[in-house]
Amino acid sequence: MAQMNMIQALNSAMDVMLDRDPDVLVFGEDVGYFGGVFRATEGLQKKHGLKRCFDTPIGEGGIIAVAIGMGAYGLRPCVEIQFADYIYPAFDQLVSEAARLRYRSAGDFWAPLTVRTPYGGGIFGGQTHSQSPEALFTHVAGLTTVIPSNPYDAKGLLIAAIENDDPVIFLEPKRIYNGPFDGHHDRPVSPWSKHPESEVPEGYYTVELGKAAQVREGKDVTVLAYGTMVHVAKAAVDDSKIDADILDLRTLLPLDIGAIVKSVQKTGRCVIVHEATRTSGFGAELAALVQEHCFYHLEAPIERVTGWDTPYPHAFEWDYFPGPKRIGDALRKVMEV
Amino acid sequence: MKNTPALTLHIPEPKYRPGDTPDFSDLKLSEAGAVRRPDIAVEPHEIHDLAFTLIRVLDDKSQAVGPWDPKLDIDTLKRGLRAMMLTRVYDDRMYRAQRQGKTSFYMKCLGEEAVAVAQAMALDRDDMCFPTYRQQGLLIARDYPLLDMMCQVYSNERDPLKGRQLPVMYSSKEFGFFSISGNLGTQFSQAVGWAMASAYKNGDRIAAAWIGDGSTAEGDFHHALTFAAVYRAPVLLNVVNNQWAISSYHGIAGGERSTFASRAIGYGIPGLRVDGNDFLAVYAATQWAADRARMNLGPTVLELYTYRAEGHSTSDDPTQYRPADEPGGWPLGDPVNRLTKHLVARGAWSEAEHKALTDELTEQVKAIGKEAEKYGTLGNSTLPSVKTMFEDVYKEVPWHLRKQRQELGV
Ligand SMILES: Cc1ncc(C[n+]2csc(CCOP(=O)(O)OP(=O)(O)O)c2C)c(N)n1
Ligand SMILES: [Mg+2]
Repeated sequence: MAQMNMIQALNSAMDVMLDRDPDVLVFGEDVGYFGGVFRATEGLQKKHGLKRCFDTPIGEGGIIAVAIGMGAYGLRPCVEIQFADYIYPAFDQLVSEAARLRYRSAGDFWAPLTVRTPYGGGIFGGQTHSQSPEALFTHVAGLTTVIPSNPYDAKGLLIAAIENDDPVIFLEPKRIYNGPFDGHHDRPVSPWSKHPESEVPEGYYTVELGKAAQVREGKDVTVLAYGTMVHVAKAAVDDSKIDADILDLRTLLPLDIGAIVKSVQKTGRCVIVHEATRTSGFGAELAALVQEHCFYHLEAPIERVTGWDTPYPHAFEWDYFPGPKRIGDALRKVMEV
Repeated sequence: MKNTPALTLHIPEPKYRPGDTPDFSDLKLSEAGAVRRPDIAVEPHEIHDLAFTLIRVLDDKSQAVGPWDPKLDIDTLKRGLRAMMLTRVYDDRMYRAQRQGKTSFYMKCLGEEAVAVAQAMALDRDDMCFPTYRQQGLLIARDYPLLDMMCQVYSNERDPLKGRQLPVMYSSKEFGFFSISGNLGTQFSQAVGWAMASAYKNGDRIAAAWIGDGSTAEGDFHHALTFAAVYRAPVLLNVVNNQWAISSYHGIAGGERSTFASRAIGYGIPGLRVDGNDFLAVYAATQWAADRARMNLGPTVLELYTYRAEGHSTSDDPTQYRPADEPGGWPLGDPVNRLTKHLVARGAWSEAEHKALTDELTEQVKAIGKEAEKYGTLGNSTLPSVKTMFEDVYKEVPWHLRKQRQELGV
């Protein structure tokens, strides 16, 4: 075991996989010599060589396209898109190509690529360094979408993603790379080293895709969250007197519907939290599933706490961010019914 | 077995990394005055050589020489010098302001001032610019109020962009400066559409777009060249080759085997390669391309060959990936320095005048800086009203955003 923050855990996952499998390659903008703008690939080029971890031209469509081609040959590329906000030039390659290659060739070709990309706000990154585009990917048949919320899961899920034979969108909540942010932006941030999830095995292990994690046991209300918002939700619950069951979804698609149903059937109430914009966000899918599966158990309307339906405004970071206060309000609201 | 060697994968690498001594002596730099200046009506295929040479005007003795000398009067040169120096002083102050925690982010254009300033001056005031984040010199050369620029960087209550944009992502239709996007390359092709519209309306305004060497790898770069060539759009397509794209050198963008100006050749567009630190060369080449566009002769690709002397942004430490003394070794020198020396050589400028101007600009920026801070700095001020966050998503605020605004309680 070693103590790792999220960046170190991700780095370790790629390091382990570069060691285990000569067909794994790591590439992206600034990931080679420099080690990535968030340092996630630091030291990998030096250790594994120029051909295993390298810089690419600034062309996200190209990065994904060559990763598909490599995957079709038999390699297992793990690529970085510098910010999720910059993944859109690659959208066609992801949606029309990577996601459908297996289907349209009737299993003849497939593209086992992993696309790592930092997402989310809370860093004063303005409109183009703060977005949460997960729902754009969960809407696409053929893509797997994963979002870890701590170092242990980050490493285990990333290894599982790299080993997965289908394309995986691996969204990394950049606000919690160095420590779990609870949404109280005016309080000092505690580093990962103070948290048990920063105990990470140095070697190989996986965290199974498609499985949620129970973050907190409770009986009053189910809170569904992922990424940074797991920690914000936890803070909001701690600040309230409400005994919430908190689920960290970890994989958005395929979703651990069993864990969700079990929890909501127990609590009869559900609050869904995400940082992404509300309309057609992943919360809408969750709400639909919860009512489909748990309608007769529900005692209150499902609440969503999300980012507003605007671009992420630079100056209004904390008015935009769905912080503990808004989550607390939603918890109280569902409890009042 | 096939009778061919095993295939090998090539990954480009820069010559020098931290700890190495950079040596630029093998760069092929044309002599000042050596490159021919064709007529603007030339057929693109007749000037392929100009995509591989370097248009330079200022020689080692700081004299303007050769056919590309734009023969500018002293006044114009002094205005150019002033705008470049002001850009530099402004950059310095805002960079420090970021370091002092007054804003989240800043980007300098140190060493590249001649690009935006000379180009703004060679274009007409009402030509439309589609810049990147490193052409703040366009605004400064067009006398956009520094106060407004600073307030944008501070996202404060006077910020013309209402706190919505990352610092330096300015926008001003009035000053012919298109709203900067954080997404690289996107505006390069939009400029072509603007130029097509101007042609469609039989107007007389042309467009100019800028892109970094690194960003030429984006599809938008190629869309721009294709559409501009097909519709013979009145547009200048400028590639600012400052050798670096954050930590990756120009070879990662495809600069290892060919020049960025030469990208134009396959599209049938003239491509000029210009010493980007030579104010006069940049001015002259821009004028040539602008004249072509105005005469319905279509687009031109200009590669402005320069060097990013600072880190990419306040979030970057360039000593991590390139030798610390690489900027100082750049063989094409510093644009402010070179124009200053030229003015001195022409007997139109003195050390005393230079010092006086430096002091004046420093004082001016300081005073405006103080005024800007009165309107607040990021996270420590009266911000624009939070209400405005929900405006301009659409022309009218739709019901769901009104509801969300109420939910926020503003
Ligand atoms: C589509 C997109 N991809 C990646 C980025 C992140 N990024 C911002 S600036 C930059 C480097 C750009 O280099 P270059 O085009 O050479 O311009 P320079 O910064 O040198 O002026 C990168 C990779 C981005 N802003 N947009
Ligand atoms: Mg560059």
